[in-house]
Amino acid sequence: MTQTIQRAVALDEAWGLSPSVALRPEPFGALAYHFGNRKLTFLKRPELVDLVRGLGTARDVRAALLGAGIPEVRWPAYLGALQGLAAADMIRPTTTVREGVA
Amino acid sequence: MSITEIARPVGGTLVEQFELGLDAPICLTWELTYACNLACAHCLSSSGRRDPRELTTEQCEAVIDELQRMQVFYVNIGGGEPTIRPDFWHLLEYAVDHQVGVKFSTNGVRIAPERARFLASTDYVDVQVSLDGATAEVNDHVRGPGSYDTAIQALANLREAGFKDAKISVVCTRQNIGQLDEFKAIADEYGATLRLTRLRPSGRGADVWDELHPLPEQQRELYDWLMAHGEGVLTGDSFFHLAAFGEALPGLNLCGAGRVVCLIDPVGDVYACPFAIHDTFLAGNLLTDGGFQRVWQDSELFRELRSPQTSGACTSCQFFDKCRGGCMAAKFFTGLPMDGPDPECVQGYGESALAADRTVPSPSQDHSRRTATRNQPVMLQLSRREDLPVSPAAPPVSACAENPLAGYTP
Repeated sequence: MTQTIQRAVALDEAWGLSPSVALRPEPFGALAYHFGNRKLTFLKRPELVDLVRGLGTARDVRAALLGAGIPEVRWPAYLGALQGLAAADMIRPTTTVREGVA
Repeated sequence: MSITEIARPVGGTLVEQFELGLDAPICLTWELTYACNLACAHCLSSSGRRDPRELTTEQCEAVIDELQRMQVFYVNIGGGEPTIRPDFWHLLEYAVDHQVGVKFSTNGVRIAPERARFLASTDYVDVQVSLDGATAEVNDHVRGPGSYDTAIQALANLREAGFKDAKISVVCTRQNIGQLDEFKAIADEYGATLRLTRLRPSGRGADVWDELHPLPEQQRELYDWLMAHGEGVLTGDSFFHLAAFGEALPGLNLCGAGRVVCLIDPVGDVYACPFAIHDTFLAGNLLTDGGFQRVWQDSELFRELRSPQTSGACTSCQFFDKCRGGCMAAKFFTGLPMDGPDPECVQGYGESALAADRTVPSPSQDHSRRTATRNQPVMLQLSRREDLPVSPAAPPVSACAENPLAGYTP
C-alpha cells in the first residue's frame, strides 16, 4: 500500500480530476474509475458530478461550487466529499503546493 | 410480462441504486472459450470442447470497442481456459490499449516464464490462478491430476518475473474449508492475494454440489475466518448469504445479476451472471440482437431483474435485509423456487426447502468432453463398506452376491 499524504481540500485551491481517472455517467450520478489503483468510487449525486467535472476549469474550489449551483450552507458537506475523493487520488490539486510534500 | 418503469429515487443507498440497474455493468465476465485442458468436476460453464461458433478475433475486437464506448473499465476474462485461445495475448493487449483493463482467470497452463515477464511489464492486467486445494491431494481431487503443480508453477513464474499481487482464486468446498490458513500462507509465499468464492451448483457443479458444498458448521467456520481476515481477502462479494449470521461482510451484499453484473459467453450469448449459464437467464446474443449495449440496456430479462422482486417467505425473516434471499443461481440449479431461501441459507431454511419436492433443471448447454481424458478428475475412492463386519481379507459383499452365505460371519 502506498503512503498518501492527506491534505485538506480548501476553498481557495485549484483541484482537478486525476489524469488516470474516468467518469462514467449513471442514472444516480456517476462512477469514477482510477486506472492506476483500480479503485471504483460512486458519485451519488448529480450536483457532485457537476462539481467534480467543473473543478478542472474553475479558478478554485469556491468557483466550482458556485458554478455547480450548490448553496453555501451545503459547502461543508461537499468539501467532505471532495476530501474523500482526494484520499482515493480521484482528484488532485492543480496548483503547486509546497507545504506537506515530503 | 409487463415491466413497470420505476422512477429512480434521488440519493438513497448504493444497494438501492444498484438494484435498479446501471447503464453499463461494473463487473463483466467474459468467457473467451469453452475449450479447456482440464475437466474440473465442478466447472460452472461445463467447459471442455471449443464451440465452433466461438467469436472470431475480429468479433472479439468489436466487443472490446463497444465496451470502451460504454466505459466498462475492466473485464474479468475466463473460460474454459482463456489462454489456450491462440489470439488470447493479442486480445489482452487490444483491450488494454482500448482502456479496458483485464483480469483473467487461468489454471496456469500457459503462464511460462516468458509470458510471466510479459505480464509483469503490463499495467492494467491482473492474473488470477485457480487453486481449489492447499495441497495437491485436495486440489487434484476436483481439478484433476497435475493441476496443483501447474498452478503453483505459474505462481512461481509470476513471482520470479516480478509480477505484483497475483490473485489465487479458491472455490470453497467441504474438503478445503479447513485449509483456509494454508491458502493464506501460499498466497503470502507468492506475494499474491487470496480470493475465496462460493461453490455454485452451476454447470457440472450441479452433479457434485451435494458432495462438495460446505456443511452448515463449515459455513460458520468460513464466516468467522472471513470476518477475522476482512479486507485482506477478496471474495467477489459472493458470500452475501453468510451475512445472515449477523454482521454483513465487506463488499456488496446483494445479487448483482443483470443489474451490475453479467456474463458474455464464448459465442456472444449474454447471461445475467457467470453462474447462470442457462436459457432461463439468457438475455440475448450480441451478434444477433444489435450489440452488447442493446442487450444490457433493453433485454426483457434484465429489465425484469431490475424491477422490484418478490422474495416470498424470506421477506418475513429478520435477516432478509442482510442476505436479500441469497443467490439466484444457487436456488435455480438446486430446483428451489426463486422467491424462497437460498439452499445454503445459514438460518437453516434452505435444508427444509431442499428436503421438500423439487426438480433440478436439466442443463441447456454442455461443452464437456465426450470421452474421458487422462487428467480428468475421478471423484471416487476405493473403500470398504463400514456397515458390514467383513474380515479385512475378504472383498466387500454387494447386493448381487449370490451365495446364500454371503456376508455371513459365524
